[in-house]
Amino acid sequence: MDFKSSDTVPGPRTEDHLPHTAQAAVKIVIVGGFGVGKTTMVGSVSEIKPLTTEETMTQAGVGVDDDYGSDSKTATTVAMDFGRISITDQLVLYLFGTPGQERFWFLWNGLFEGALGAVVLVDTRRLEVSFDVMGRLEECGVPFVVAVNTFPDGPRYPIPELRTALDLSEEIPILECDARRRASSKEVLMTLMRFLHSLAMTGQLT
Amino acid sequence: MTPPQRKRRSPREEPSPQPQPAPQEGGAGNDATDGTQGKDGKPSNPERLFVIGEVDGDRAELDLVTLIVARAEPKPSTSPEQAAVLRLCAAPLSVAELSAYLSLPFSVITVLLTEMLTAELVQARAPVVRQALPDRSILEAVMHGLQKL
Repeated sequence: MDFKSSDTVPGPRTEDHLPHTAQAAVKIVIVGGFGVGKTTMVGSVSEIKPLTTEETMTQAGVGVDDDYGSDSKTATTVAMDFGRISITDQLVLYLFGTPGQERFWFLWNGLFEGALGAVVLVDTRRLEVSFDVMGRLEECGVPFVVAVNTFPDGPRYPIPELRTALDLSEEIPILECDARRRASSKEVLMTLMRFLHSLAMTGQLT
Repeated sequence: MTPPQRKRRSPREEPSPQPQPAPQEGGAGNDATDGTQGKDGKPSNPERLFVIGEVDGDRAELDLVTLIVARAEPKPSTSPEQAAVLRLCAAPLSVAELSAYLSLPFSVITVLLTEMLTAELVQARAPVVRQALPDRSILEAVMHGLQKL
């Protein structure tokens, strides 16, 4: 059993404690492929050092699973890094960075459904890894914005060209960002919030 | 240079719920690791074992961002896992943070918390979900909070 003794379990630092008045939390999901900068973005705006939560999938957990290898003890662990921003004394915002591969999403039932919205973080060197994510978000009705994390060695495409390539309508914001910079990550989140607000204003937010 | 073109999927195509064996993704990211095979193919950690509570059947409706607050001090009879939760939740803490600090998967934490909610050891403060937004005030509060960053 790898559970640590309760006396030695590390908890939040005193300064990281939420106030007792904290009543509710909201979440925003940052999705993208491996190495695209999800955790970097979470870390650049989070008030706590990003933490990691895991979900484990075993055969027992998914029912019939014929094609899942021959070793009956095989378990897949999916990790998700997250951070936190206190909005008010009552309201807390959590940011979850989650892998883009569709095969892991069922582990996180409810993650997207309850989210305010999502940021699809894309890397122009591997644009296609974000295609499935966007399809899934559209199907789930989760509003999203697209943030292009600019890497020095990545190709630069004009936004209209990206919009065409990603087959996104005019109202969906697409912007470039540098996930390492707090101001830039904050602007991405603000862009998402302004987008959500405009949807709410026009009654399009379900 | 032209970016690769996204092709929309046919409407309502159901994603396959079947997970594929975790591929070895080179380099960055540890999103997927195989529980029994190390990176170089050698066996790594043994399968993890978890305490399962006495709750049988339904789990409480818990979200990753449901805030949990302790309602009691740990007693000598409290199990180590429950005592750890009670200590961590002296101030409100999300289920995700509990999962992270206790190194327990989300699904295991929900079992533990269901038991503790039933025993009224902890209180759960439900998240605000998008569907239940009463008005724009939450969105505006978040925008305002982000501005201050």
